[in-house]
Amino acid sequence: MIVCITAKGEGAEAAVEPRFGRAPYFVFADTEAGTFVSVKNELVDAAGGVGPRSAQLLVDHGATVLVTGQVGGNAATALKAAGIKVYTFGDAATVAQALEKYTQGGLSEIL
Amino acid sequence: MKIVVASGKGGTGKTTVSANLAYALAGRGGVTLVDCDVEEPNLHLFFPGEYEEEGVPVPVPAIDPERCTLCGECGHFCRYGALTVLKDRVLFFAELCHSCGGCTLVCPADAITEVGREVGVVTTSRPLPGLTLVSGVMHEGEVLAPKVVAAAKEAAGDTGRIVYDASPGVACPVIETLEGADFCILVTESTPFGLHDLDLAVRAAAALGVQAGVVINRSDGEDEAAVSFCQEHDLPVLMTIPFDREVAAVQNRGGLIARDLQGWEERFAGLWDEVARHCEVRA
Repeated sequence: MIVCITAKGEGAEAAVEPRFGRAPYFVFADTEAGTFVSVKNELVDAAGGVGPRSAQLLVDHGATVLVTGQVGGNAATALKAAGIKVYTFGDAATVAQALEKYTQGGLSEIL
Repeated sequence: MKIVVASGKGGTGKTTVSANLAYALAGRGGVTLVDCDVEEPNLHLFFPGEYEEEGVPVPVPAIDPERCTLCGECGHFCRYGALTVLKDRVLFFAELCHSCGGCTLVCPADAITEVGREVGVVTTSRPLPGLTLVSGVMHEGEVLAPKVVAAAKEAAGDTGRIVYDASPGVACPVIETLEGADFCILVTESTPFGLHDLDLAVRAAAALGVQAGVVINRSDGEDEAAVSFCQEHDLPVLMTIPFDREVAAVQNRGGLIARDLQGWEERFAGLWDEVARHCEVRA
């Protein structure tokens, strides 16, 4: 399973980012392989439509779960239609912590 | 002759100038007044009356699921996020679409056709003899103001005396309003904010090759800053409207100073003549 975590930087030790569409990085964690792929978000400074475009990026990378701080209306519509579950990372500070909490079932589902 | 009434910032009296100018011209051979402030049109408040309404459609994509291969080309092309390609279908966010038509062009499967979606209306009325009022009205929640401005301008036609009332600022709808105009009247106040925004408006008009002149509104008689700005930028000061209790009283009850105050109809007609002189076009 591919879990996407929004982050301020690359890799498992990066700090989590509460914004979805304007997160600097998307870190895709492959829970079976135990690998992390970081993708720089080119939409950080885009004028608009970043929610659905970020959702598209998640679809393209095969993510089925998103762990972030919050999502906007259009992003929520796209994520829901794509069947991607969305959780908040709560008090997790890094990507690795957020992923661990998710796998232990300790995160609340927001979408 | 087509002239735009614009202002760098809101609340400077742009609509006052447009409405009074149109009133004065209605009795002098007729005028078409076009409300291009499509987000908040308000000229109809000065000139109530029965109107005809026509929709403003913009093209948006319609995707044929039979033909669509979910290749993702349209979604990756769309820089506004209006199309999201999922595993089993394509999601379309109508309010994010800018009607560029690019998705239709890039689709390798010919699965996209364009259909019309109404983003606003244009209303036309004849509230006074000699006055045709055309208002662009954008639907709530929509963002494509320039399309509605263009539709209002088209409905107003291309002949006779035309006054376009632009929206405040210098964003896309104002650029669309200025496009093809012969002259731009910039309404300002002698305040630092007024002059800063006037500067932006002057540059926008210059960039589009539209001549401009200035009307100083709410003048307290100390307009040195505005006057010297105009001299520096080679802008004629066309008219000065005083900050005056009588003028304010007429405005406050939604009246027209050109109709309700002695001498002002002539002054606004004179403003038009002054503009015509600068354009070297017969009014």
